[in-house]
Amino acid sequence: MLDAMIYALPFLMEGLWITVLVSLLTVSISLVAGLVLGCALIYGPLPLRLFTRLFSDTIRGIPILVLIFFVYYGFPAIGVDFDSFWAAVTALTLFKTAQVIEYVRGAVESIPRGQSEAGMAIGLTFSERLTSVIFPQALRRFLPPWINGVTDAVKGSALVSLLGVTDLMHAINQVIGRTYEAMPLYVLGAFIYFVINFSLSTLSRRLERRLSHVQA
Amino acid sequence: MHEPLLTIRDLKKSFGRTEVLKSIDLDVGRGEVVAVIGPSGSGKTTLLRCINFLETYDGGSVRIDGAEVGYTEGRKRRGERALARMRAETGMVFQSFNLFPHLTAAQNVMLGLTKVRRKTKAEAREIAGHWLGRVGLGHKAEALPSELSGGQQQRVGIARAVAMEPKILLLDEITSALDPELVGEVLEVVRGLAAEGMTMLMVTHEIAFARDASSRIVFMADGTIAAEGPPVELIASAEANPRLFSFLARFRASHF
Ligand SMILES: Nc1ncnc2c1ncn2[C@@H]1O[C@H](COP(=O)(O)OP(=O)(O)O)[C@@H](O)[C@H]1O
Ligand SMILES: [Mg+2]
Repeated sequence: MLDAMIYALPFLMEGLWITVLVSLLTVSISLVAGLVLGCALIYGPLPLRLFTRLFSDTIRGIPILVLIFFVYYGFPAIGVDFDSFWAAVTALTLFKTAQVIEYVRGAVESIPRGQSEAGMAIGLTFSERLTSVIFPQALRRFLPPWINGVTDAVKGSALVSLLGVTDLMHAINQVIGRTYEAMPLYVLGAFIYFVINFSLSTLSRRLERRLSHVQA
Repeated sequence: MHEPLLTIRDLKKSFGRTEVLKSIDLDVGRGEVVAVIGPSGSGKTTLLRCINFLETYDGGSVRIDGAEVGYTEGRKRRGERALARMRAETGMVFQSFNLFPHLTAAQNVMLGLTKVRRKTKAEAREIAGHWLGRVGLGHKAEALPSELSGGQQQRVGIARAVAMEPKILLLDEITSALDPELVGEVLEVVRGLAAEGMTMLMVTHEIAFARDASSRIVFMADGTIAAEGPPVELIASAEANPRLFSFLARFRASHF
């Protein structure tokens, strides 16, 4: 069993790199897009608010698997050509962005109206109120669900193997196809995913504790 | 005669179909302390909120030092930057304190000084220290709002407002969320500011305080100013004004 694992390890490391890359891209692009669209949903003019609401509800209403195949097969049909890697990243990012939008909205709307008014009363402009008053307080509410979502993104990235992208999951399946030894490899794979996500959630608990002195 | 610092003419404000302010006229001169009393729902808070444009108004004008507060002369809403600049000229102290919970007492006072008044951190810290000392909280500069009593929080709220050196200070029932034993320390601070010539418009349910600390009392009822005058005269005239009489009667029972 150990032999099988040691034999597989170099293959898996290549897959692991793709898993990490997909997760990193998904998480960072969706963070930026979600923050911008989240603010658009709260503060934007009506058409933009409606568009963002529609976007978020639609994306969140579609199973992620369907979304992946939809992007992979559907986008080329309207002239956007992706390889399977970017199709997978795009689909996962769209999905994650919709989540981030909702985290942002929930976090910002949890801040009482009086906070913004107190900022107005001392003469802060809109953007100064956001950066000095609203966002620092909203951060504490945003972080826990968002970091939870990061571990989801790592686990969810395994779905890209369905498009033939050689991520950790796909690498595992390839090795099994050669050696016919499924169990040791799945155990090893599960262990690697667990190590990544356990580190992430430990980190998040530590962050939460550091932020907990800020009373909401 | 100087022009009054604050001039309100024919101010009108509705929420939907509810007329909350019906043609308010009010002047407040430099250094004057004016108290606003009146039953709940009579529009006192809305009046204060219109003065620093936390609330838009539908008609009339609100001028501070001759400048219309929320609108340009063509009655277009001012831009964000101009509005912010005008709001910085009026200080506001809220019933529910509204301190920034993620900032220490000193940082609460410093925020407007650094962002709006463009002071350096060191200058702002010094001014914050001065004002926190003035409200008796020099030793609490590094405390978070959650570590302060209600009375202390409200005193930080006052320090935050006056540190900006506003032309006029608006106070909205600043003691009504406090336990009775904490009211005195906050009113003491207000009394001190009045003695130094700070222009103030204060909504209060503390009739005795209004009588002692203000130069004029305005009685609001149903979105209008129903009576107005120097404290002693106004209270003496209550016999002739049924609404004022019944309003004061409730306080006489408990406060006099
Ligand atoms: N944002 C709002 N939307 C709708 N109605 C409001 C709003 N703010 C105040 N009102 C109404 O306006 C009236 C006056 O309120 P307010 O100015 O708070 O009175 P006061 O401070 O004298 O108690 C009340 O009837 C209140 O219900
Ligand atoms: Mg009120």
